[in-house]
Amino acid sequence: MIEQQLGRCVASWFEGATGVTGAAKLSGGASQETWSFDIVHAGGTTGAILRRAPPGYGASPGRAAGLDAEAVLMQLAYDAGLPSPRVIHVLTPEDELGTGFIMTRIEGETIARKILRDEQFAKARPMLARQLGGVVAGIHSLPSAKLPKLREMNSTKELADMEREYRSFGWPRPVFELALRWLRERDPGPPKEVTLVHGDFRHGNLIIGPDGVRAVLDWEIAHFGDPMEDLGWICVNSWRFGEIDKPVGGFGSREDLFAGYEAAGRKVDPDRVTFWEVMGTLRWGIMCCGMMQRFRIGPDHSMERAMIGRRSSETEIDLLRLLAPRA
Amino acid sequence: MQDEPTPTELIKAVADFLRNEITPEIKGHNAFNLRVGINALDLVTRQLAQESSSDAAEAARLKQLLGMQGSLLELNRVLSERIAKGAVDLQTPGLAEHLWQTTMDKLAVDQPNYASYKRELKS
Repeated sequence: MIEQQLGRCVASWFEGATGVTGAAKLSGGASQETWSFDIVHAGGTTGAILRRAPPGYGASPGRAAGLDAEAVLMQLAYDAGLPSPRVIHVLTPEDELGTGFIMTRIEGETIARKILRDEQFAKARPMLARQLGGVVAGIHSLPSAKLPKLREMNSTKELADMEREYRSFGWPRPVFELALRWLRERDPGPPKEVTLVHGDFRHGNLIIGPDGVRAVLDWEIAHFGDPMEDLGWICVNSWRFGEIDKPVGGFGSREDLFAGYEAAGRKVDPDRVTFWEVMGTLRWGIMCCGMMQRFRIGPDHSMERAMIGRRSSETEIDLLRLLAPRA
Repeated sequence: MQDEPTPTELIKAVADFLRNEITPEIKGHNAFNLRVGINALDLVTRQLAQESSSDAAEAARLKQLLGMQGSLLELNRVLSERIAKGAVDLQTPGLAEHLWQTTMDKLAVDQPNYASYKRELKS
């Protein structure tokens, strides 16, 4: 059924399109879905991705930038020459597909374990950290006049949000308390310069090919804030997938990441990056606890959610390694 | 008294059956879910084997550290409050060691293959 709807939609703006095939849902909760499909035309097929909130799910929750803002950000990134899909259509009410947008499909890998272990990425791995430093710098330099309306965050607000969420679970975690205290005492406050922050710049949201990074995805929690947040988040140990001596995504060094960032004309504040790495580690730990809560009280009674709850202890050992290293 | 086999033996038997007989027959997203399920059963087996001794040791350390009696949950609540207020911190004798030992005992059940844990076990 979605292929017919997509076919009608595509025919209205893709010249020579005769239909749509191969529609497959890649991911989706109740309120947001991602579909892959091929647009059929005289010259062959063109791969495309639909990201949408189905009809009836208009507003996006809490932290989300919203699909309209995501489309604008992705297009701005593409226009700035950053690795990004191109937005080829923003859904209209006549499409009857809900709200969202259609973008070009970029081939490549997002699964961290493959990127870190498969032979085909062996040449890409040593250059990824520096490359991504340049990409993040590009994101932080996107023309502010063209940016959509987004929430503005800073470390103080983020810390208060995390603490509130942690306390709502009603389950004592001394290591999280230690981290909260450490972070409150070192809160650097608002940054000198507020920029666009991607907010989820890490494995899973980066399409990697044998030639390096091909696309940045998922602008769902983009916001204005401290640019060092993105650099800290990609260093969180949870995204190293076992390669714990390579802090950037399990493939590179902070030095390379920072060099790539500064080569693009921006300045790194390493202390702030460390602060955001600790923040990020705690945030992922609290998110794991949140999965447990949703498993217990929500409609999604899945084993996967339950077991993610048991991964919060991983962030506790990582917090101890950061804040109370032994010997 | 409940009879044998023990819960641990039963869970192990189920996990081994799923791992050896069912896994080769399942494809797609359910293969992923099956692996998660087997991991869950293995976790429960580890918890049944280790929980009572690690809980007892944790409670003994907490009583010493806090100078009070109580259930493990109560003691952890009090420790959390004291850390939040700054009444105890990493300079407090025994706190860092307690947090490390407690966390290592959790990882031994939750995720013994986690790289940070394996590294700390060696050191």
